[in-house]
Amino acid sequence: MSRPFILRNPSILIFLACLAAFTLAVTLMSEAFGADMISTSFVKTLGKTLCLCLVALAMDLVWGYCGILSLGHFAFFGLGGYMIGMWLMYARTEIIVASSMANAAIPPTDQEVVNAIGTQIFGVVGSSEFPPIWYFASSLPAQLLLVVLVPGLLALVFGWLAFRSRVTGVYLSILTQAMTLALSLYLFQNESGLRGNNGLSGLQNLPGVSASQAVVSIWFLWASALALGVGYVLCAWVVSGKFGSVIRGIRDDEARVRFLGYSVEGYKLFIFTFTAIIAAIAGALYYPQAGIINPGEVAPIASIYLAVWVAIGGRGRLYGAVIGAAVVSLVSTWFTGGQVPSINLGFYRIDWVDWWLVLLGLSFVLVTLFAPKGIGGLFDLVSGRFAPDRHGADYGPDKGSLMEEEGR
Amino acid sequence: MATLLEVSGVSVTFDGYRAIRNLSFQIGEAEMRAIIGPNGAGKTTFMDIVTGKTKPDEGRVIWGEKSVNLLKMNEAKIAQAGIGRKFQRPTVFEDQTVFANLLMAVKNPRGSFACLFYKPTFKDRGRVEQLASEIGLSDELDRKSGELSHGQKQWLEIGMLLAQEPRLLLVDEPAAGMTLAEREHTTDLLKEAAKTRAVVVVEHDMEFVRRLECKVTVLHEGSVLAEGSLDHVTANPQVIEVYLGR
Repeated sequence: MSRPFILRNPSILIFLACLAAFTLAVTLMSEAFGADMISTSFVKTLGKTLCLCLVALAMDLVWGYCGILSLGHFAFFGLGGYMIGMWLMYARTEIIVASSMANAAIPPTDQEVVNAIGTQIFGVVGSSEFPPIWYFASSLPAQLLLVVLVPGLLALVFGWLAFRSRVTGVYLSILTQAMTLALSLYLFQNESGLRGNNGLSGLQNLPGVSASQAVVSIWFLWASALALGVGYVLCAWVVSGKFGSVIRGIRDDEARVRFLGYSVEGYKLFIFTFTAIIAAIAGALYYPQAGIINPGEVAPIASIYLAVWVAIGGRGRLYGAVIGAAVVSLVSTWFTGGQVPSINLGFYRIDWVDWWLVLLGLSFVLVTLFAPKGIGGLFDLVSGRFAPDRHGADYGPDKGSLMEEEGR
Repeated sequence: MATLLEVSGVSVTFDGYRAIRNLSFQIGEAEMRAIIGPNGAGKTTFMDIVTGKTKPDEGRVIWGEKSVNLLKMNEAKIAQAGIGRKFQRPTVFEDQTVFANLLMAVKNPRGSFACLFYKPTFKDRGRVEQLASEIGLSDELDRKSGELSHGQKQWLEIGMLLAQEPRLLLVDEPAAGMTLAEREHTTDLLKEAAKTRAVVVVEHDMEFVRRLECKVTVLHEGSVLAEGSLDHVTANPQVIEVYLGR
C-alpha cells in the first residue's frame, strides 16, 4: 500500500505510454519533422483533440467523480482561449504596426504605436480605444497568469454562490448553462471589448516566430500532449487518495459525507475551481491551434457536448473521458467534414453533415441505455472485472450517484 | 454525571404538522439511552435536529461543557464537534472498499487541503485494522462495501461511527432487518461503545431494547411521555395506551 501511487494505478503508465507513442508517431509522420504523411491541418486537428481530451478529464473529475453535472465548463475553456488570444493578437499586431511605421520620416512615439494597434484590432467593431481589460495584453506572463486567474475566479465565485445555497442536481446544471449562455451573450456585444462576434483571430501566428505553420503545429501538439499527460497524472493523484474517497462519497451520498464531518461545499468548490483551471489551460492551448475564437465557442451546446463525450467514454474513470473525447470529436470531424459518403435512399439523400448530430444523439441515448459504462467499460471485459448484481439499486441516493450498471 | 447534550423546549412544524412539541431531553457522558415510541412520535426528527439537518422553530440545543449552541452550526461542524449518527438504512459508500470507508471516517483534519495531501499513517492504518476486527470485518477490508451483506453494512457503519471518535452516538434502528445472531453482535458493539461515550438508540423492537439494559425514554406525538427503566415505562398506563390502546 505504501508504493508510489503511479505503481498502484497501472492505468496511468499505460496511458502515458500510449500518449507518448501517439505523439512520436504523429511527429514522425508530420510534414515538418518526418515523412510528410499527414497534413499540417490534420496535425492541428490532432493537437486540438488532445486539448479536448484534457477538458474532458476536467469534466470527468467534476461529474464522474464528484457528481456535479456542470454544463458550463466550456465557458472556462473559452475564457482561457480568450486570455491567451489577447496577447497573441496584441503582440502580432504590434510587430506588423511597428514594421509599417518604421519607414516613416519621424519615428513614431509609443503612444502612436499603441493607437495604431488599437485601430488595427478594434477597427472591425468601430473603435480604436483599448478597453481596460486589455491592460495586460502586451505582457505574455501577465496574460498567462490571467489564463488561470480569470476562469479560476469566475468558478470560485460562481461555485461559492451555488454550493453555499446547496443547489444540486438538475438545478445546478441549469445554473451552469445559464452562466455559459450569459458569458456567450456578453461576449457577443461589441462593448464587451473582445471584438464582439468577430472574436479574436489570427491566433495561429506566434509573434516573433518565423517557423512555418508545419513546425508550429508540431510544437503545439507536443505542448498539448505534455499538458494532457501532466493533467492526467494530476487528476489521477487527486482522485486516488482520501480526497478521491470523499468526492466519490459526495457523488453517491452527500448527506452521509456531511455527517462524517466533511464540509461538502468546500470540497465541491475545490473540485469545481480546480477543473475550471484545467479547462482554461486546455482552452489556452486549443485556440492558438484553431486560429480563431469567437463567442459561439462558449455557447451552451459546447458544454453539453462535453458531457456527451464523457458519458460515451465512460464517466468515473479518467481514461474513459479521454477516449470519449478523442473518439467522438475525431468521428465528428470526419462526419462534418463531408468526407463520409452520403446514403441515397431514393426518395431522400442522407447527408452526414446534416445528419451527424442525429447520429450522435442516437448513440448517446443508446450508450446511456445499454452500455452505461461507455467505451471505457470495454476494458472491464479484458480485466475480467464485473459488477455484482445489485438488483437495480444504485450506489447512493443522490442524483449524480453511480448507477448500478456503472459500478466496477 | 455531567450533562453532555441538553435539548430544551424544542418545537418543529412541517407544513402545519407539529412533529416535535416542546421536547426536552438530557443525556450525560458515557450513558446509554434508548428512545422508543410509535411511528410518527418524532424520533427521527429529534435526531435530525441534534445533527443539524432540521432547524427547529423554537427551543435550545446545548452541547458539551462549553455549552455550545448546536443550532448555529451546520452538519459538518456538528459532526466535528463529536456527534456521530447512524441512519436507519445502512449508508456506507458502496462503490468503495471497506478500508476506504473506515479510513474516511477515522478522526483526522477534515479540510479539503489536509485531505488532499493526506497519507495514511501507520497509526491510522492500525486504527482501521483494529476497528475492522471489532466489527468483524477484518477479512473484508479490500472488498467493496456494496458487496457486503445487510448486517455487515450495518456494522461497517457502526465502525465508521466509532472511527470518528464521537462523544455522542445517535443510532437509528440498528437492528432492523438483522438476524438473531447479528442482533446480539450489534448489542455487544453498542454496549461496548457506551462505556466511553454517550449512546442514544432509537428502536422499535422491545426485545432489542431490553437487551441494551439501559434507561428508556418514550416519545409520543413529539414530546416525552415517560422516562425510566424499561420495566418502569412499560408499566406506565399511558405508555400501554399509546402502544396497545389504538
